[in-house]
Formats: sequence, structure tokens, C-alpha cells
Amino acid sequence: MTTVTSPLLAVRDLRVDFAGNRKRARTTAVRGVDLTLARGETLGIVGESGSGKSVTALAVLGLLPGTATVRGSVELDGRELVGLPGNELARIRGRRISMVFQDPLSAFTPVYRIGDQIAEAVQVHQKVDKATGRRRAAELLDLVGIPDPDRALDSFPHEFSGGMRQRAMIAMAVANDPDVLLADEPTTALDVTIQAQVLDVLRTAQRETGAALVLVSHDLGVIAQMADRVAVMYAGRVVETAGVDDLFTAPHHPYTLGLIGAVPRLDRAGGPLVPIPGNPPALNALPPGCPFAARCPLATDECLVAEPALAGPVDHQAACIRAAQLAETRPAPSDIYPVPVFPPPATAAPRATLPPVLTISSLRKTFPVLKGNVFKRKVGEVYAVDGVSLDIRRGETLGLVGESGSGKSTTLFEILALGKPEGGRIELLGQDTATLTRSAAQQLRGQLQIVFQDPMASLDPRMPIGDIIAEPLQALGTDRAVSSARIPALLSQVGLDPAHASRYPHEFSGGQRQRISIARALAVSPELLVLDEPVSALDVSIQAGVLNLLQELKASLGLAYLFVSHDLSVIRHLADRVSVMYLGRTVEQGEISAVFAAPRHPYTRALLSAVPLPDPAAERTRTRLLLPGDPPSPTSRPTGCAFRPRCPIYATLGAEQRTPCETTPPALTEAAPEADHAAACHYPTVELV
Amino acid sequence: MGDAVVTAVLDEVPVAAAAPAPASRGRLVLARLLAAPGALVGLAVVVLLFLLAFVGPYLTQWHYTDIDYSALREPPSGTHWFGTGGLGQDVYAQTLRGLQKSLIIGLLVALLSTVAAGLVGSCAGYFGGWADRLLMFFVDLMLVFPSFLIIAIISPRLQSGGWIAFVVLLAAFNWMITARVVRSMTISLKEREFVRAARFMGVRPLRIIWRHILPNAASYLIVDATIAVGAAVMSETALSYFGFGVKAPDVSLGTLIANGTDAAPSYPWMFYFAAGLLVLFVLAVNLIGDGLRDALDPTAEAGRRRSTRSERKSRQGKA
Ligand SMILES: Nc1ncnc2c1ncn2[C@@H]1O[C@H](COP(=O)(O)OP(=O)(O)OP(=O)(O)O)[C@@H](O)[C@H]1O
Ligand code: SF4
Ligand code: SF4
Ligand SMILES: [Mg+2]
Repeated sequence: MTTVTSPLLAVRDLRVDFAGNRKRARTTAVRGVDLTLARGETLGIVGESGSGKSVTALAVLGLLPGTATVRGSVELDGRELVGLPGNELARIRGRRISMVFQDPLSAFTPVYRIGDQIAEAVQVHQKVDKATGRRRAAELLDLVGIPDPDRALDSFPHEFSGGMRQRAMIAMAVANDPDVLLADEPTTALDVTIQAQVLDVLRTAQRETGAALVLVSHDLGVIAQMADRVAVMYAGRVVETAGVDDLFTAPHHPYTLGLIGAVPRLDRAGGPLVPIPGNPPALNALPPGCPFAARCPLATDECLVAEPALAGPVDHQAACIRAAQLAETRPAPSDIYPVPVFPPPATAAPRATLPPVLTISSLRKTFPVLKGNVFKRKVGEVYAVDGVSLDIRRGETLGLVGESGSGKSTTLFEILALGKPEGGRIELLGQDTATLTRSAAQQLRGQLQIVFQDPMASLDPRMPIGDIIAEPLQALGTDRAVSSARIPALLSQVGLDPAHASRYPHEFSGGQRQRISIARALAVSPELLVLDEPVSALDVSIQAGVLNLLQELKASLGLAYLFVSHDLSVIRHLADRVSVMYLGRTVEQGEISAVFAAPRHPYTRALLSAVPLPDPAAERTRTRLLLPGDPPSPTSRPTGCAFRPRCPIYATLGAEQRTPCETTPPALTEAAPEADHAAACHYPTVELV
Repeated sequence: MGDAVVTAVLDEVPVAAAAPAPASRGRLVLARLLAAPGALVGLAVVVLLFLLAFVGPYLTQWHYTDIDYSALREPPSGTHWFGTGGLGQDVYAQTLRGLQKSLIIGLLVALLSTVAAGLVGSCAGYFGGWADRLLMFFVDLMLVFPSFLIIAIISPRLQSGGWIAFVVLLAAFNWMITARVVRSMTISLKEREFVRAARFMGVRPLRIIWRHILPNAASYLIVDATIAVGAAVMSETALSYFGFGVKAPDVSLGTLIANGTDAAPSYPWMFYFAAGLLVLFVLAVNLIGDGLRDALDPTAEAGRRRSTRSERKSRQGKA
């Protein structure tokens, strides 16, 4: 899309400072951002956490708190918005510019009905009566694909699922046909299939209203899928801006190049990722010169002199003194960033000959649903896990995928409990956990370690990391002297400085904390490492380093991983085999390339097609298989196939063919005898468009 | 992500040289405690108070029970350093005797009740179920007992046990509320991931309580203990006033203050020496408590300032 001579929205030299209070120093969040937005265009803003994306969006809307000082100019259709009195801004907000937030719950008032809130948004800006407002609200809910809009009008926000709330918020945002729609991480909290729905709704809403869209996201895939033009932010400034194709194929800034190399991709397996070394700088203590210099592989002394300004041709600008050189040579990320070399993997013995590490069959776990405040009464059961089967052999990585609420974490905790499961069987290193004696269980604990999702929460804030890492050794009765002698080696193994052993967790960054967690897990040389979303709290450039570390450890130590993630690209990158869960059941599993190349269960197919690729050209040619609705609540145990209400195949079947889906729960069956690929579906080969 | 809390941005490059075994938490906390000026001052004051209380009496010829009929209500002088009381008692000897009593009662009661509260509260919270119900029943029972009455009834029978029995008695009625708070803190800490992680690693429950739960509840426990020191001295006074606890001719700071209050305007020495020492004692304990709390909490201001400074130094060293 070409830029029209007078842009719809023009942001020039936007600067935002936050006044310090007693405890905190004054911070700068945005340091001179220029953006332009043409009518109907989609501008993607990417950047790592803290780069100032949200603050920029909020500054445009005039929604920053009173402690913020905004300088520079924001012009909407030639009208200056910075410095406008609050009531005039309020009139523009909602009418001409509206916002979709990451957390939709915060945008709705919990005590009012959804319909009333949307109708009110209409009435504030348009002179219509109540009935018209309500009718318009119903239309809007219908537009964003909420089933039965008339009933939905009378629902309260908490009665909606996350995806539905996000749709309702989009409905409210487009209620007055705004010119500009600002969406700040609109899908970050959502599962991929729901993300695909919401992005689709956002596109529909944009098409219906002709609004320009500013989409803030940290996910390069989402940006590649949605944006026409992209602005990359780093340390409070735009460091590169270009059309989406140019940006992805020929980035002119080393940071952009690094980001592209750092994301694991669904269409590519294994191999090292490009980690960007170091961490983003603190914005209130920026060194002179290019803020990226400390992490940049191309930095020279010249870079330290002055901060480069955004320069270059109008349709592709970058803030780097070597932009022209990058434009010319078009290096691959791995050409300019140092990439680790992994030791060669152990010779691939045939899978059947490897000893099993973990075998689970038909695992079941229910939680009682309690009601009443004083006397708790059991009113039902949540079938959190209801038929999970998986096996892991020595040195193998199994990726466990599923949407939130599908029972992944419950499965992990059942394994880690090393007790008798409620139903089914768990065998760890050949021992049935149901029959373990206390001392045998204690012995087995040494073979099984866990890395949690949130590296801050899983490290005791009051313990120096040396003590944290030594803890599992001591739990197994290792001598104190022996265990503390191991600490330096463990720290360097995960890429940390052994001299930092006496520091506390809060002195480390997120990626480093996750490395500490990994070091702790490695301390007792386990056979199996259970990783519960180990990188989902990290920024891509940091995540790449941790994923590389995991790959390297796997190759050098022969560890087996049970890797839980909702991110299929990460699974694709790291895992040898994959197991897909839906509503507490294993619906498909097998060798990763077999499953990803030819998924047999319709749910797996939908999942795979929902993952956005960080490649705009590939994105345009993909057809998407959108699933209707949300995952049902696990309190009811459906008859037949649990996936039936959302199954696109079932919807196309004739009445007679539907019977097996309705009556018989499908069993996991192999694609071919002896093939390592099984799915639980009665019609695994039916084609879908 | 909370980059704001990252106070030190470290290099990802490992240093090959084998570092010596790192300092453990105990050593780190001690080092931080000793580096805090407030805590050192507090510690020094408490040590000096002990010296004064136990060595000071030998410096004068007067014993606290002695009565000098030739000097009634005399102001401080060369013979009676702190002056004399209404019956000719030597205020210096009495004050030091009282200081002995109050130092020991205050510190011991605070220590005992805090240990009991920490132990009972964390065990009840951590183990839950029957252990919790049993312990909490006991706590509630203790709470509804009229403690004053019980002490009044029991303490005469404990004469033989002397003041130690009295300390135990005071502590026994002083830990329940703290225990309840510790219990609820434990219940929420128990669900935190680092405690779960320890459980999955096979760390034994009592060790988890000792290494993870109590240090994370320490800020509260320490504040509570410092308050308990002052409170113990005060409740001893109240009980002594009614004739339990410290009995004449024996004295404590509390009894001295209580007796001296009326005389304070006209004979200030009978009141202010004892009161001043008590204030000094409570202040010193507070300083130690603050220092200990900061030493245990790595994010505390003092610790943070030091770490950023050393960080800056190391960065300069590299450049
Ligand atoms: N109300 C506020 N007061 C003080 N500082 C703030 C405030 N809001 C944001 N900041 C600071 O501004 C900087 C940029 O924050 P911003 O929220 O724009 O980042 P972001 O790119 O949206 O990151 P994320 O991906 O985590 O959403 C951060 O350093 C942040 O700590
Ligand atoms: S200006 Fe220099 S340091 Fe900054 S990105 Fe370009 S090459 Fe790297
Ligand atoms: S068994 Fe039937 S309903 Fe279930 S996934 Fe297969 S086709 Fe769909
Ligand atoms: Mg943000």
C-alpha cells in the first residue's frame, strides 16, 4: 500500500517521560518516535518487552497516567492531539480513534451487561435512542462472530471466555466507525486457535469500517500475517520501518535481522537459532551512541559516537550507520551473529531399541467441584486429565502441546507426584510409580527434574543462586562440600558466570533466571527433564539463547525432555516427537515431522494452520482452517469424540457417518502398522479445504 | 517482563576459571548484617547494656537491697551516682539490677514466643489437614484463656522456678496471634512455585519450612519479635504492679519506672535513669531487627545500593 500525501495519523518526535516518585528515578519510555499511518493501512509495531510499544500507543490516545510528560506531536487528519484538553480528546477517542487492549477484562466494567456497555459506547458519540443503540450492539456482536448475539447482549463480561471478550472489545472499538484502530497485543493472552479467530475478526472489522489499524505485537508471525508496514522499536525508538515484505526479506538494521533469526519456525526443524547476546539497555541510563551497540555484532567505534537517526529511502528507513551495507549484502542472520555449534547428536539408534524413560497409559485425574462456603459439597467433577498416553525413550524430546486448560500441567504434576495415579499407569525408568516405596521414590526423584515457566516464581527470592542450585543435590543427601564444589561448573554449563553464585535471583534478567532453573535441574544429572513452558515468559531474542542451551545440553548429556508448550514453532524446533492434547486426552502423537507434515486429527490440522509464520509471502498463500467456538469446559464428559462440537470434519459428514463420532470415543490408532504416528479420530484421512 | 527489577545486567559469557566454592546464604546474610551500620550500632548498644547490667554493680559499694538512711531522695552525687530513692535505696544499684532482669526477660520472651509462633504457624500452614486443625485448636484455646488470670494463678506456684518460669509463662501467652499470621503466610507461600519445586526435588518438609518458608516470612517475624521485646518488658511491669512476677525487694526496669512515675517531676533521677535505659534498649533492638530484616531480604535498599555499586565497579574494571 502506498502512502498518501497527507497521512491520516502522523506522529512526530514523540517523547514520553515518567516522573520518578520517591523510590524510582525518572524514566524515559519513548525517545523520539516518528510514525505515519495512511487510511485503511495496517501498521505493525514490533519490539521486545519494555521497548516502548504500549506507551507509544497510549500516548497517541492520550491515555497515559498523570505522571507522564508527552512531548512531540500527534496529528490526526492535520489536527494536533498533544496538549488537547481532556474532554476534547475524549470526544475523539472512541469516535475517531479506538483501542483494543491485551486484557479485555480490564476494558469492560464487570457489573454491567456487555450489550449495555457497547450500546453506551454508541450513544456517547452518536445521537441515537436506546433501542437503536442496542440494535447496533447486536449487529456489532454479530459482525465479530459471537454466536446468538441477542442473548450475548445480556451477558456479563465474566460469563464470556477470553476469546469472546476480545471479540466483544473489538465490537465496542469499531462501534463508531473509527478511522484508526489501535490494538495492543490483542491476542497475546489467547491460545493459537482463538488467536486465529480474533485476528480474523480484526481483519473483518477493519474491512467493514475501512479503519487503519495499528497492531502492536511482540510476535513476528502475527505481524507478518497482518501488517502492510512494520515499525521495529528498540529502546524507546523506531530503529527500522519498511513494508512488510522488505522488512522480512531484507532488513537494514542488525536488530531486525537478529529478531528474524531468533524466532523458531514451524516450517523448519532443529538447528541453532540466532540469539542476540546481552539484554536490552535500561532506558534511564543509556550510553551515548547507538543503543544497540552493546549487543550488535557489527558495532564499530563510530557507533559509540552518536545515536544514528532513522535514515534511508522513504519506504525503508533504518537507524544504523551500516544500513546501506546491510541493504547491499543482504546477509542471513547467521552470517553476522555468532551461532553456537552443537556437538553431533548421539548416533541414532532405532527407537525401538532405546530403553524407555517414561511411559504413561490412560492417565486420569479428576478434581471435585465444590460449592458452598461453610459446608463444601461436591457438585461435580472436572475431568482435567482423561486418557493421556505417552512414552519417552532415552535421550528423546517429547513436545506436549495443547491449549490452556487441556490438562498439560495436571499431567506433569501427576508424573512429578510419583504416586499412585487415580487411573491409568505411570512408569518411570521401568518402575511403576504406584508401587514405589518411600525410599525408592526419593531415589527416583534424582532422575526426574523440573523447570517451571516463570523463572522468577520458581527461584526462592531469599536464597543466593548457589544455594538454589545445590538444593536438589542436598535433598538427595549429597555432602555439602561436594555439592558446593559442583556449583561453578553447573553455572558455566548454562552460560552464567560462576563468580555470580552468591548473587540473589532478582539481580538476574529473565533469561538468566531461566538458566539458573536449568542449572538447578541439571545438578543431580537427571535422566528426564520436565520443562513446563520454559521459554514462554521470555522475549524472542532471549528465548533463542535458552532454546539453544537446551539443544546443546540434550546433545552433550543425552537428556530426555518432556517439553510442554503452547507454541508449536518451539516444539517443532526442539522436539523429536510430539503429543497433542485436547480436553485432557491425547488426540495425536508421533514422530514430529510425520505429524507436522501430515496431521491426521482435525484438531492438529487446525492448530498447525493457526500458527502464524514470520514470513509474509508464505502467510499470504496459506489457507487457514478456523475452528468455531471455544474448548468446552472439562466438567462434562462428552459421549463419543470430545472434539465433536468443534470438528470441521464432523460438520461435513452425513448423518450415518456421524454415528461413530457420537457414540464411540475414538482410540489412538497408528497411521500404518509400526508407524510412529497415531491419532484418535474415526476419519483421519478425510480431506479438508 | 519486569526489567525494572533487574538491577544488574550481567554478561552471558561464562568465565572459564574455576571460582572457589560460593558463599552460602548464612555467610552472605552475616556479611550483610555486619555491613549495616544501624545493626552494628544496635548490637554494640545491647552488648554495652549487658556489660553495664552485669559488671556495673561491682563498681559501687551499694547493693540494690541496701538502704542508706542518711540519704533520702538525694540527687546524684559522688556516693550515690544515680541518687537515692524514697527509702534511701541506691538508684544506681537498683537500676542495674532492674536492667539485668528486663534485658533477660525482654530478649528471652521475644525469642521464645517468636520461635514458638514460627514453628507452630509454619507447621500448621504447611502440613494442613489434621496437624493444622489440632494446632489451630490449641492456638484458639490459648487465645480465649484469660492469660492474666492464669499467670496470676500459676505464678505463685512457680516461685521455685524463679524468673525463668516467669519468662516461659509470659512467652506462652504471647505467640498465638503471630502464629496465626505465620500460618496464613505459609499457606500462600506453599503454593508458590519455588516451594513446589523444592517439593518435587524431594526436599523434606521440615527442611522446606526451614530453608524456604521461614526466610520468606522472616520480615514479619523479625518486626514482630522486636515489638515483642518492648511488650514483654511492659507486661512484666503490669504483672509486677499487681504483685506477680518481680517482687520487692527485687526490681526490674518496669517496677522502677512504675514507682518512679509519680516522683518524676520533683525527683527526676528516680524515673529518668530507668526510663532512659529502657528506651535505649528498645531502640537498639529495633536497629538490630531492621538490620537483620534487610540482611535477609536481598532486595532491601541497603543491599541493592551495594550491589549496583559493585556492579558499576566491575563494569569499569572491564572497560
Ligand atoms: N506508568 C508508568 N510509570 C513509569 N514507567 C512506565 C509506566 N508505563 C511504562 N513505563 C516504562 O516505560 C518503558 C516502556 O514500556 P512499554 O509498556 O511501552 O513497553 P512495551 O514495548 O509495550 O513492552 P511489553 O512487550 O512488555 O508490553 C518500560 O521501561 C516501562 O517500565
Ligand atoms: S549503528 Fe552500529 S551498533 Fe548500531 S545497529 Fe548499526 S552497526 Fe550496530
Ligand atoms: S472422531 Fe469424528 S468428531 Fe472426532 S475428530 Fe474425528 S471426525 Fe471429528
Ligand atoms: Mg506492551
